[in-house]
Amino acid sequence: MRLRNRMKLEFLSRPENVSLARVAIATFATEVDFNLSDLEEIKVAVSEAVSNAIVHGYEEKPTGTILVTANLYQDVLEIIVEDEGKGIADLTQALQPGGNADPERMGLGFVFMKSFMDEVDVWSELGQGTRVKLVKILPGTQRTQKYAEN
Amino acid sequence: MSLEIQKHCDALIVRVYGEFDLRAADHCRRDIDQKLKTQGAKHILFNLGGVTFIDSSGLGVILGRYRKVKENGGKVAISNVPPRVTRILELSGITRLIPVYSSESAALKELT
Repeated sequence: MRLRNRMKLEFLSRPENVSLARVAIATFATEVDFNLSDLEEIKVAVSEAVSNAIVHGYEEKPTGTILVTANLYQDVLEIIVEDEGKGIADLTQALQPGGNADPERMGLGFVFMKSFMDEVDVWSELGQGTRVKLVKILPGTQRTQKYAEN
Repeated sequence: MSLEIQKHCDALIVRVYGEFDLRAADHCRRDIDQKLKTQGAKHILFNLGGVTFIDSSGLGVILGRYRKVKENGGKVAISNVPPRVTRILELSGITRLIPVYSSESAALKELT
């Protein structure tokens, strides 16, 4: 699949940058005919992925680097959120609702991502970091084949 | 994000304005916990009428306060939920624990 547009955003793992990521992705996505509800869902998914990188990847230290890439293809919008944080020890458990011992956290980040995006892929390695890929199929299109990554 | 916290009988009304995300969560948590202590309130009402965005960090603050006041026999309620927030609230399952009302007055009638 042909790449129509791409954006890369790199920022420190500071809480104020979660909003920055949402705004940047929402602005990038306006090129597509998403409705308001779709855009809100994309914003929540991005917010969850970036928040996870800060809270879990970098354990709330504000000096880590988070990279958000948005690729717009003919049929999908792909958003990749990467960190070089501590990685996820048990990915299966992390993907379950409430897989978090902190009473102040709902542990629903991945649940929301999966509910609001069409595909969610997670790669993580202890000590190396985590990469979350979020895919939203464009309105009026059908995903018929895997797109080529450029 | 900004908060307006008001005491009403033995309840705290917490009116939230703006984006309720990770950045807002920390200071929101601190402000509410401090007011709970200093004002001696037993219950909390979260009025989300001014919320423009919420994610699981914001919901975590509400859930954390629910667990805190429940330890002292208190109750938590949510009111004035904007349509853009309704879906995420329902998806989280938080409405199974915390009742949602259309207005502050309806919520306060049940809380106090």
